[in-house]
Amino acid sequence: MATAYDIAVKQAEPEQDSPAPFVVVEKVYKSFDGHRVLNGISLRVDQGETLAVLGRSGTGKSVLLRLIIGLDTPDSGAIRIHGQAIAGLALDRMGEIRKKMGFVFQQAALYDSLSVQENVAFPLEHHRRDMSKSERTDRVRQLLAEVGLDGDIDKMPSDISGGMQKRVGLARALALEPEILLLDEPTAGLDPISSAEIDELILKLQRERRMASVVVTHDLHSARTIAGRLALLNEGDVVIEGTFEDLQQSEIGFVKEFLKQS
Amino acid sequence: MSDRGFTPVAGLNPPLPVRRIELPSSVAGYAANLFNGFFEWFGSLGIFSWRVLRAAVTPPYEWRELIRQLDEVGSKSLPLVAMAGAAIGVILSLEARYTLSRFGAKSMFPATLVYSVIQVMGPVITGLVVSGRVGAGMGAELASMKVTEQIDAIEASAINPYRLLAATRILACILMLPLLTIATDACALLTGWFAQAMVEPLSFHQFIANGFNGATFSAFLPQTFKTAVYGLIIGLIACFQGMRTRGGAAGVGRAATNSVVLASLFLILADVVLVKFILVFFP
Ligand SMILES: Nc1ncnc2c1ncn2[C@@H]1O[C@H](COP(=O)(O)OP(=O)(O)OP(=O)(O)O)[C@@H](O)[C@H]1O
Ligand SMILES: [Mg+2]
Repeated sequence: MATAYDIAVKQAEPEQDSPAPFVVVEKVYKSFDGHRVLNGISLRVDQGETLAVLGRSGTGKSVLLRLIIGLDTPDSGAIRIHGQAIAGLALDRMGEIRKKMGFVFQQAALYDSLSVQENVAFPLEHHRRDMSKSERTDRVRQLLAEVGLDGDIDKMPSDISGGMQKRVGLARALALEPEILLLDEPTAGLDPISSAEIDELILKLQRERRMASVVVTHDLHSARTIAGRLALLNEGDVVIEGTFEDLQQSEIGFVKEFLKQS
Repeated sequence: MSDRGFTPVAGLNPPLPVRRIELPSSVAGYAANLFNGFFEWFGSLGIFSWRVLRAAVTPPYEWRELIRQLDEVGSKSLPLVAMAGAAIGVILSLEARYTLSRFGAKSMFPATLVYSVIQVMGPVITGLVVSGRVGAGMGAELASMKVTEQIDAIEASAINPYRLLAATRILACILMLPLLTIATDACALLTGWFAQAMVEPLSFHQFIANGFNGATFSAFLPQTFKTAVYGLIIGLIACFQGMRTRGGAAGVGRAATNSVVLASLFLILADVVLVKFILVFFP
C-alpha cells in the first residue's frame, strides 16, 4: 500500500522530468532458514533503462528478481512498482501489477503439458480475451519469430533444447507487452549468435517501447551491451553500482577480481 | 571396495552410549515436532482452503480447465471404478448368498445386495479407488509443477493459481464423485445379480423389483451424494499437498504418496461422521 507520504511525493514530482521509477527496491532483507541472503539491498530502475545484476553463484540474484515480482516476500524493506508498494497485496490485486511485468525464469519454467506455441499463447488466452483466435495465433508467431524461433512451434518443451526453452520463456514474458521485464540469465546456455540476437531484442524493446528491465547475467559482455547501469552483488550487499566504466575504474578488490575473471 | 579400506563405515556407527543418553529427550523432541507439525499442517490447510474458496467464487471463471478436469477425474476414472464395482458385486453376492442361506432368509437376497452395495460399499469403494488414482495423479502433477517453478510462472503471468489449478480440480472431484458412485453401484448390482443368477434362476427385473421394493429415495440419495464430500477431501488434500511441495523429485514422490494416504484416511474418518449425520437427518 502506498502511504500518504509516497503519494504526496509522487504528486509533487513533475511528471515529464522525473516520473516515479518503475522499480524501487528499498533496504530489502531476506533470509532463508536463518541464512541471510540479501542484506539491505536498495536499487532502482527507471523507464527505458536496463539494470544488469551481476554476482557470484548463490548470492541471491534470482531471489532478488523473485522478490521484485512478489513471488517471495522480503523480511523487511519495500518493493515498489510504479510507486506502488507490493507488500501484502492480495493475489488478484498483485495480478493487476504483474500484467505489466514479464518474468523469464532461470530454468525457463515452461508449462510442460503445453506445446511451445500454447505456452506463449497462455498469458494472451487469460488476459486478452478480446483477441480473436487468429489474432492470437499471429501474435504468438510474431513473438516466437522475434526470439528467433520459427520452426518447432508445435513441439513440447521437453523436446526442445535448453537454449530454445529459454527463448520460448522470453517470448512468453513478452506476450502481454510488459513495461517491466525481469530476466534471469536470458543468454545462459545460448550460442554467441543467439545471445547477440537476444541482446539486440532487449535493446530494441528498450528503445522502442521504453521498457525498464532488470537482467541477471554472468555474461559481462552482454551486460555491457544492454545495460546502462550494472550492479555487482556479493554476500547480500551491492558492492558497486554504476556504468561499466565505473566498475572498471573501481579500486574495490572484489570488483577487480570479478572483472579480471570474467 | 574392500581393498580401499573401510574408513567411511566408522561414520555410520556412532558410539552407542551417546544414543542411549539422547533417547528420552529426542523422543520428547520428536513428539513436540509431531505436535507442531500437526497444527502447522492444519493451519496451512485452513489458509489454503480459504484462498481457494475466495478465488473460486470470484471471476474470471476457468471453465476450460474445469471441463478438462471433469474429463480427467470423471471419464478417466470410469473404467477403474466400474471394474472395482464389478468385483465388489460378485464378492457381496457370494457373501450374501452364503449368509442368508444359513439363516434361511434367501428371499432377502435382492434387498440385502441392493442395500449393502448402495448404502455401504459403493460409496466407500469409489472414494478409495478415486483417491488412489486421482489423488496420486493430481498430487504428483501439481508437485512437479511446483518444483519446476511452473506454478510460479502462472502466478508471474498474473493468473491466480488457486483459481486456475486448485479450484477447478477440487470442484471436478466434488461433481464427479457422486456420478462415479452411481456407476460403481450399477456395475456391482449387475455382477452381483449375475453371480446369483448363475446358481439360481433370478431375472434381473425381478431382482431389481425386489431389491428396491419399499425403498424410498431418501434411503439411497444421501448415501450417494455424501460422496461429494469425499470428492472435496480428495481434491483439497491432493491440491494442498501438491502445491506446497518442496525439494525436487523426492518431494514430488512424497506429495503423491501423502495425497493418497491422507485422502484415504480422512475419507474414512469423514465417513464415520457422515454416516451418523445421515442417520440423524434421514432416518
Ligand atoms: N526457497 C528457498 N529456500 C531456501 N533457500 C533458498 C531459497 N531460494 C533461494 N535460497 C538460497 O538463497 C541463496 C541465493 O539463491 P539464488 O538462487 O538467488 O542464487 P543466484 O544468485 O541466482 O545464483 P545463480 O547464479 O547460481 O543462479 C542460495 O544460497 C539458496 O540456497
Ligand atoms: Mg539464479
